[in-house]
Amino acid sequence: MSQSAVTDLTVHQIQQAVELVLGRSVTIDRDTDIARDLAVDSLALMNIVMELEDAFDVSMPLDRLATVQTIGDLADIISSLRQAA
Amino acid sequence: MALFDRYLPQVEAYQSIRAFGADPFSMRFDAILSPTEAEYGGRRVILLGTNNYLGLTFDPACIEASVEATRTWGTGTTGSRIANGSFDGHLTMETALAAFYGRKHAMVFTTGYQANLGVLSSLVGRGDHLILDADSHASIYDGARLGHAEVIRFRHNDPEDLAKRLRRLGDAPGNRMIVVEGIYSMMGDVAPLREIAAIKRETGAYLMVDEAHSLGVLGATGRGLAEAAGVEDDVDFIVGTFSKSLGGIGGYLVSDIADFDVLRVVSRPYMFTASLPPAVVASTLKALERMQAEPGLRSKLAANSQRLFDGLNAMGFTTGATASPIVAVAMSDTAEALAFWNSLLAQGVYLNLALPPATPDSRPLLRSSVSAAHSFDQIDAVLDAFATVGRSMNLVAPAAQRTSR
Repeated sequence: MSQSAVTDLTVHQIQQAVELVLGRSVTIDRDTDIARDLAVDSLALMNIVMELEDAFDVSMPLDRLATVQTIGDLADIISSLRQAA
Repeated sequence: MALFDRYLPQVEAYQSIRAFGADPFSMRFDAILSPTEAEYGGRRVILLGTNNYLGLTFDPACIEASVEATRTWGTGTTGSRIANGSFDGHLTMETALAAFYGRKHAMVFTTGYQANLGVLSSLVGRGDHLILDADSHASIYDGARLGHAEVIRFRHNDPEDLAKRLRRLGDAPGNRMIVVEGIYSMMGDVAPLREIAAIKRETGAYLMVDEAHSLGVLGATGRGLAEAAGVEDDVDFIVGTFSKSLGGIGGYLVSDIADFDVLRVVSRPYMFTASLPPAVVASTLKALERMQAEPGLRSKLAANSQRLFDGLNAMGFTTGATASPIVAVAMSDTAEALAFWNSLLAQGVYLNLALPPATPDSRPLLRSSVSAAHSFDQIDAVLDAFATVGRSMNLVAPAAQRTSR
């Protein structure tokens, strides 16, 4: 699978996690700003991370979130965690 | 961008709350008449949101001890214990706490919030893993941020989820520290500590329990959930606070761990702040005595909690699963919660309005904390107020259709 196809798949799974936590459908891409465009607060973001940990079977320590602003940032962290696993 | 532009959403939200009526985040009481009554806006209100579980804030012996300590030792310590020395009371307090818990060591912090900052930032460090219940108090999250351990959350009160997340760490190096609370401060629910202790034993993790809301409330002698669940031997660290059941302010850590005292020279929230004033130390010590001497306070608290819990559930309100001194009613949205909270205040009942994201599951809560000092008449008056407001907002069936309690 190409790198961009992997990213698309990751973004799709992030979308599912976001929808599960927020209880509404969302449209996202790599450039979506999590706080501004999705109105995700700090607690919701941590809950989304918990869903992603299960979806990808990785541990994502909370300090990694400090640099996360966009869906692309989140997808990159997941990719690096999966490569490290 | 102006300095506070980042807070525009909060500014707007806060303005709309204040436009609704009283400001729930800036209540001004004109007088505190007793542990359960205050004067607000020229009238008496029942206090149902104080965390004053044993009602000891006006206990004559506690007040007397406090006054005497101020006369003898002065109004404050004016410095930290590391730099400026301890007063006799700090050490007496630590000895008393260790004895109460049957542990080797205790240390006292200036607030409960600082206890969690000081403990979580120093017990574990870089390369270690903190595994927190998702509904942990802000002080636990902030303590985790102050340290350098990797922080993972597990689903609230879900031992299987905890086990899964520990397994997922695999053989990654570093210590594991599980952190849970005795009673959770928003919904009043209790951690499944037996199951969590079993996971701790199986995985070789350490276990810390924050008994802030369960000290003096749970357990045969009031030591909290670890005592009530019969797993004190599995709990490596207990933190708690003096600001609820003991009616003062301050926090503590107790443990049997070797080299405990090194924490006094590595825990920054312990080292770099002024120590507790003599008045607070003295009243808290006396309150700890009173709590142990009067188990009846605990049974009265339990009876009051059950009465409020049963009454609210009989009216159809959504509460937590079991009665505890924290009884929270879930509201469907913020507007409903605000209207209900303001109407209760008009009816002479003050409780806490808790709004997301400070609440679990994004639900606004009307949060009550019951005291042993409440009379049944006061609990019934609260229930009447809930019924009146609930009917006016069509959340409770009219009186005629309601089964009487």
